Amino acid sequence: MFDLALQAEPAATWTALAPAILLGLTGLVLLGIDTIRTDEASNALLASVSAGGSLLAFGTAAWFLVAGTGQERTGGAITLYGDALVVDGMSLFFTLIFTIVTAMVVVASYDYLRDHEHRAVFYSLVLFAATGMTLLSMANSLATVFVSLELASLPSYALVAFLKNDKGSVEAGLKYFLIGAVSSAVFAFGISLVYAVTGSLVLGDVAAAVNAPEMAGVLGIGVLMMIGGFAFKTASVPFHFWAPEAYEGAPAPISAFLSSASKAAGFAVAFRVFVEAFPLGALPAGVDWVIAFQVLAVVTMTLGNFAAATQEKVKRMLAYSSIGHAGYALIGLAALTAGGPNGDVLGASMAHLLVYGFMNTGAFLFIALVEHWGVGRTFEDYNGLASTAPIAAVAMTVFMFSLAGLPPFGGFLSKYALFYSAIEAGFWWLAAVGAINSALSLFYYSRVVKAMWIESPSGDFEIQSRPVGLYAAVIFAGLGTLLLLPAFGPVIETAQTVAATLF
Amino acid sequence: MIIEALIGVTFLAALVVFVAPDEYAGKLAAALSALPVLGSLWMWAQYDASGNALLGGSIAFETDVVWLTLGGLDLHWFVGVDGISLPLVVLTTILTTLAIVSAWTPISNRESQFYGLMLFMEANLLGVFTALDFFAWFVFWEAVLVPMYFLIGVWGGPNRRYAAIKFFVYTNVASLVMFIGFIALVFGLGDSVSSMRLPEIAQALRAGALGGFAGLDAATLKTVAFVATFLGFAVKVPVAPLHTWLPDAHVEAPTPVSVMLAGVLLKMGTYALLRFNFTMMPDVATALVVPIAGIAVISVIYGAMLALAQQDLKRIVAYSSVSSMGYVILGLVAYTTYGVGGATFQMIAHGLISGLMFMAVGVIYNTTHTRMVGDMSGIADRMPLTAGIFVAGAFGYMGLPLMAGFAGEFFIFKGSFASTVHSAMPLFTAAAMFGIVIVAGYLLFAMQRTLFGPFSFDGEYEITNAPTHDVAPLAVLLLLVIVLGVAPDLFFGMIQDAVNPILSGGGL
Repeated sequence: MFDLALQAEPAATWTALAPAILLGLTGLVLLGIDTIRTDEASNALLASVSAGGSLLAFGTAAWFLVAGTGQERTGGAITLYGDALVVDGMSLFFTLIFTIVTAMVVVASYDYLRDHEHRAVFYSLVLFAATGMTLLSMANSLATVFVSLELASLPSYALVAFLKNDKGSVEAGLKYFLIGAVSSAVFAFGISLVYAVTGSLVLGDVAAAVNAPEMAGVLGIGVLMMIGGFAFKTASVPFHFWAPEAYEGAPAPISAFLSSASKAAGFAVAFRVFVEAFPLGALPAGVDWVIAFQVLAVVTMTLGNFAAATQEKVKRMLAYSSIGHAGYALIGLAALTAGGPNGDVLGASMAHLLVYGFMNTGAFLFIALVEHWGVGRTFEDYNGLASTAPIAAVAMTVFMFSLAGLPPFGGFLSKYALFYSAIEAGFWWLAAVGAINSALSLFYYSRVVKAMWIESPSGDFEIQSRPVGLYAAVIFAGLGTLLLLPAFGPVIETAQTVAATLF
Repeated sequence: MIIEALIGVTFLAALVVFVAPDEYAGKLAAALSALPVLGSLWMWAQYDASGNALLGGSIAFETDVVWLTLGGLDLHWFVGVDGISLPLVVLTTILTTLAIVSAWTPISNRESQFYGLMLFMEANLLGVFTALDFFAWFVFWEAVLVPMYFLIGVWGGPNRRYAAIKFFVYTNVASLVMFIGFIALVFGLGDSVSSMRLPEIAQALRAGALGGFAGLDAATLKTVAFVATFLGFAVKVPVAPLHTWLPDAHVEAPTPVSVMLAGVLLKMGTYALLRFNFTMMPDVATALVVPIAGIAVISVIYGAMLALAQQDLKRIVAYSSVSSMGYVILGLVAYTTYGVGGATFQMIAHGLISGLMFMAVGVIYNTTHTRMVGDMSGIADRMPLTAGIFVAGAFGYMGLPLMAGFAGEFFIFKGSFASTVHSAMPLFTAAAMFGIVIVAGYLLFAMQRTLFGPFSFDGEYEITNAPTHDVAPLAVLLLLVIVLGVAPDLFFGMIQDAVNPILSGGGL
């Protein structure tokens, strides 16, 4: 299995990697542009090239998904390079999330970066991270999982610390990096334990060897350590500590990128690794990872919600809310049963991550807009924003209510689908905990809305500019959140169909 | 397609008004809101359906397409009207337009946002009354809360933040309880329903297809679900003792918003009670007739007593809504053609009359800047037209014959007196009738002190006749109240036709 790269693949199959290749190439082109044009005007060019590249990748992935590439109707998943990578409906679905979030983030960064240096580096790091995420969703061997995890993470560390003269940003970057390094080490150790028991890194081969009765304890510890690695990437308990610091210190577009795309990437790989490598029907006693995820889901959503309710800064509140949402998405793994409606459960979680990609990215980009105006960070500083910037405030209201799961927005249907599928699988208590948490979350989301619309302005602030890029990205995310209510049908059906093929 | 057009046009109007300049927003909103009025009147003229939409009757202006498939249950975009919902659609469009016109004087900041939200609320209200799929209905039902929250919170009185959040939390928690109750019911029905369409669920429930769910047997599940949904809707109605959000919301809300709240939003609660609890689970409703009728009578009497104790004109009208809605509950639980039909008619009548009363109080407040009974007297001297309409409206509220309030209350009493669901129903009816006496008491007392007697007013404002655009909506409402009082059959015929199928079968 170490001669992966040397194996020639037929031309028709490697094109299935087009979205990942496009993203990687765009990153390289950006670096190329930077060596040729170093003048001030290059910002628009860099932003449009990045947005174009990610939209192209989005289009390709959407086209593949519609055309049936890697799905049942055209002959099933396409595996490449000795089973190291696999292109199937699930990886394409997740690629949609990564690329659309990347597109929104780079468009918004155009305004955010106007006064900063090293812009090309910023854009290319975002695109390389997106490439890593796309590969992560395709990884079919624990080795590629680890490598793409690092490819997605390393640029993120640099991006969090991008504002290098800002103490908060640098501190956040360091914390993120340290916790990331520890969890990578834990994760790698977990992989090695699994390898020791099963003798393989390819997910399918691990699955075949996993019911070996000897050394079930070692396997269990390995699985537990791998769960730790995923918890880091998805910002779930117990490796969530980095998230509030990193999201708060990072440039706001990067917070949006990390909390939406990077989190989804963590879920993409967790879904594939656990479902494919440790199939529920064949597990030895003591390796029941579903129970671990049930505990994590309940603790994560509850802790995220309660912590969010006590925050004074909007960005920090959103950071904790994104931890809470990781808890909801974990239902996708926690409500699995041998022989249950697993495709529905996993698909609902994927659909929720897509909707979340719009509403959460939008919310963080609104914060970027507010930071751009120089308005403060606390709830009080948002007082009266609606009278000076009504359109952006409407968009933010949409995000807040949608995150809280209120109709008539996409978040309502995706949460409903998630809880409904949990009930369908027999986990009505999991759905009940989710629903209660979701109802409580309205408390802190509505604080933002109340501040913007109902309170009168507490301080004097003038809004001198209407940054085009930020506005475009926020409005696009708002429209997406809204339109995902009527258009949720194809999304959930696609997600559940592609998820069902994993089982 | 007319229903989609109605809702779509209203949404578009809301968007247009939201971004229009503040100076024209009020006039533009009034002009655009005339379109749904015309549309709903056209629907009323063209209406040709018969029977109850949920119980196999024909449905007018029906659209039914699959929205999305989730597990074994399809969600549909399924809209249409029958004799129960069409009058409420007409009420909604007319009252919204009049409320918008009545807002020209009191609303003087952020106008375009105000009128945009009013139209956005109207669109969602139309959705509530026309949706026949539970899910589509629930989306609209919840979406009504959002504009209402802002309308109270931004344009309300001094204590508006508290009132807005109380309204929002109260009704949202109620919705959650109702939602869980209903979804549990749908799960209990299992494979006997294939979608969330209300007719399918109603017919399956009445046919006794309910199974157990989550450890409850069918009978217990049905009772639990009935209680959960009843509580959820009862907050909206509201009935005592779940009414405490209402006076706060009404007192703080600006006049046009109070008109919408009393005139249409409260009817969402009674409409949902009729559609869900009383149509789908008549056996449970009749088994629980004593507590339900008891709650109704308590609401009637207690609401009226509370109104009697108030000094604020708006609070008086607000509490009297609690009283009037009690009659509606009493009519519903009677399960006779006049009881349920009269309750439905009373929803329309009360919508018009309470709208009229809130508007009249608003017109007086616009001039005097006070609503306290003790702060003024003899206002009729200076504002004869407004005072005249106020008096006429108040008599409508008391149930003067040839006005809509009389028809509604008379039907209800006739129906509930003859009810056979429980031997004590005549007693409950007799007790509720005392409410009328108290209503007459507090309205006459309030009018005597504010409108009549020698003129006195402490404030620094000059009391003169109100502008025409303030009085015109009042006149229109009074006209409608009289028209419906003289010819209740304009609506009552189709209402009765839709109500009759509820009264037989289904465990009754």
